[in-house]
Amino acid sequence: MEIQPKMPKSWNPASKPHKFCPGCGHGIVLKALGQVIDELGIQDRVVFGCDIGCSLLSWDFFNVDTVQTHHGRTTPVMVGIKRANPELIVIAYMGDGGGYAIGSQHLVNAATRDDKVSLILVNNTNYAMTGGQMAPTTMPGQKTETTPYGRDVTQAGYPMMGPEMVSAITQDNAYVARGSVAKFRQLKGYIKKALENQMAGRGFSFVEALSTCPTNWRTNAEKTWAFLEDKMTKQYPPGEFKVPAVKEE
Amino acid sequence: MGEKPIEGERKAFMTGNEAVAWAALAAGADIMYGYPITPQNEIMQYWTRLAPKYEKKFLQTEDELSAGFTTIGGVLTGRRAFTATAGPGNVLMQEPLSMAEAMRIPIVVAVQQRGGPSTATVIYSQQEVTLTCFGGNGEGLRVVYSTSSHQELYDYTIKSFNTAWKYRFPTFILGDGYQAKMRESLVLYDPAERGVEMVHPEPFVGKPGVPGEERTASHFRNTYNIEEELLEVLTKDIEEYEQMKPEVIEYSELNTQDPDILVIAHGVVFRSAAMAVDELTGSGEKVGYFRPITLRPFPQEQLRKAAAKAKQLLVVESAHGQLLKIVKENLYGLNVPIRTYLRPGVGITPEEIIDECKALLAGKEA
Repeated sequence: MEIQPKMPKSWNPASKPHKFCPGCGHGIVLKALGQVIDELGIQDRVVFGCDIGCSLLSWDFFNVDTVQTHHGRTTPVMVGIKRANPELIVIAYMGDGGGYAIGSQHLVNAATRDDKVSLILVNNTNYAMTGGQMAPTTMPGQKTETTPYGRDVTQAGYPMMGPEMVSAITQDNAYVARGSVAKFRQLKGYIKKALENQMAGRGFSFVEALSTCPTNWRTNAEKTWAFLEDKMTKQYPPGEFKVPAVKEE
Repeated sequence: MGEKPIEGERKAFMTGNEAVAWAALAAGADIMYGYPITPQNEIMQYWTRLAPKYEKKFLQTEDELSAGFTTIGGVLTGRRAFTATAGPGNVLMQEPLSMAEAMRIPIVVAVQQRGGPSTATVIYSQQEVTLTCFGGNGEGLRVVYSTSSHQELYDYTIKSFNTAWKYRFPTFILGDGYQAKMRESLVLYDPAERGVEMVHPEPFVGKPGVPGEERTASHFRNTYNIEEELLEVLTKDIEEYEQMKPEVIEYSELNTQDPDILVIAHGVVFRSAAMAVDELTGSGEKVGYFRPITLRPFPQEQLRKAAAKAKQLLVVESAHGQLLKIVKENLYGLNVPIRTYLRPGVGITPEEIIDECKALLAGKEA
């Protein structure tokens, strides 16, 4: 029998097994985040804010102080917390709809204001909690409940390129990256750098995590992985877009 | 730096917006979040001038959604945080306010009413009563103080922080463009020197200790899985709101023993009503007034008692029946005629109320 790896210490065991669908990528992103919180030793200083959408299910995921907000409004709540008490490490956790559509003004303005907050945005190319409608990140041609014949970019527009946009509007002290649940160690490294950037008081940090939604994609395990690895990463290239220059000690 | 903004008492002649900013300082507010909209802009403008001298903070946000939600964030850290808005900004702010209502977050908001609907005028109205009292997809579990003078703007801004932090319902100072922009004399004071003890704000997040080891983690949510779960939370909140009512309700009244007309007005219109009643009484007429200071919770029993003794009521407001709707609801079952003088978005003078009362007393429908 294979031995299960230990849960991150910062996880809340009482809410496990978690409430995400089988095959959903949220659990992987939150595992990476949990390990990062443990490694940085900041469990007592973190405030985790979760959006509405599938991300709302993480409201009791961690043994860290957590605030569930409204759809798109996690960024301003976390900005408000950080402004009032800069000692706290704030993490705004949201989906692509919350971050890129209904809350896009908050993303843009928090980024340009250079608020010292860390945003983690999960991109699964659809509004999953509401049943699989088109999101800003839905791929050209992709079928969703509101693009049943596939996303026609001439009518429904083009996918939102989040990290590309954020890196264009932030200063050199910002950290901006796109990872994928298919590359756990890389994603975890990005999340760690995003939090370290905030802890150092340097600047705004943003990580988009490419993720999976077999429930709404209507895909089996193999096709889920293929969509993520073959299609999504072509539209949304993973990597670091902005890494602040850190002074050598 | 860091000393008290007001020592002793200080006479001042200033705008209402300035009075709100000074009151927030005197109340020990730590941070303001705001977005420009007329006629409340000067609250931010005075705050940003005063705040750095007393190590206070300010954030100008991208819109009123953000102003409301960042204020919630500030409150969650255990700071006295507040915001101010008006008109269409008040509409947007109902979203964060419904979250504050749901999660019992003691947010303080100053509303300086302007004309509506839509952008309308930047000047004045009493048309944000329904929105401020009952806005959002909730049950109106809020406290709304309707002020009528600069002294009251000052007094009730200080009081709002205490009401909010004591009972944990969103609390509003409901003013208007006239109160915001005109200058008037008032006395600024340090609440401690008047024996007003400020309620200590407790942090919701970031308390000492490692969550899950030395303390339980704070998990705040506004989403529920099942209907009964929501009902349980709301039932408790509504019970606590009902228990709070007698401690919070405020009103004033005059000549309520058997008047021929009982004038009902709130806010700055109440001042015209009081002047009208004074003059009519002076010329021998039996006219009184009833003024709700808290529009939420509403002084129901007190108004019913006064209204039951009156021959008729005259509801006067700068809106097309927003106070009237509340009055009717609270007087349900009472058999007393209700007359109205409704002037949406327009100021009301004592002379207009006197004329209206005289017409009613002469038995004529105005």
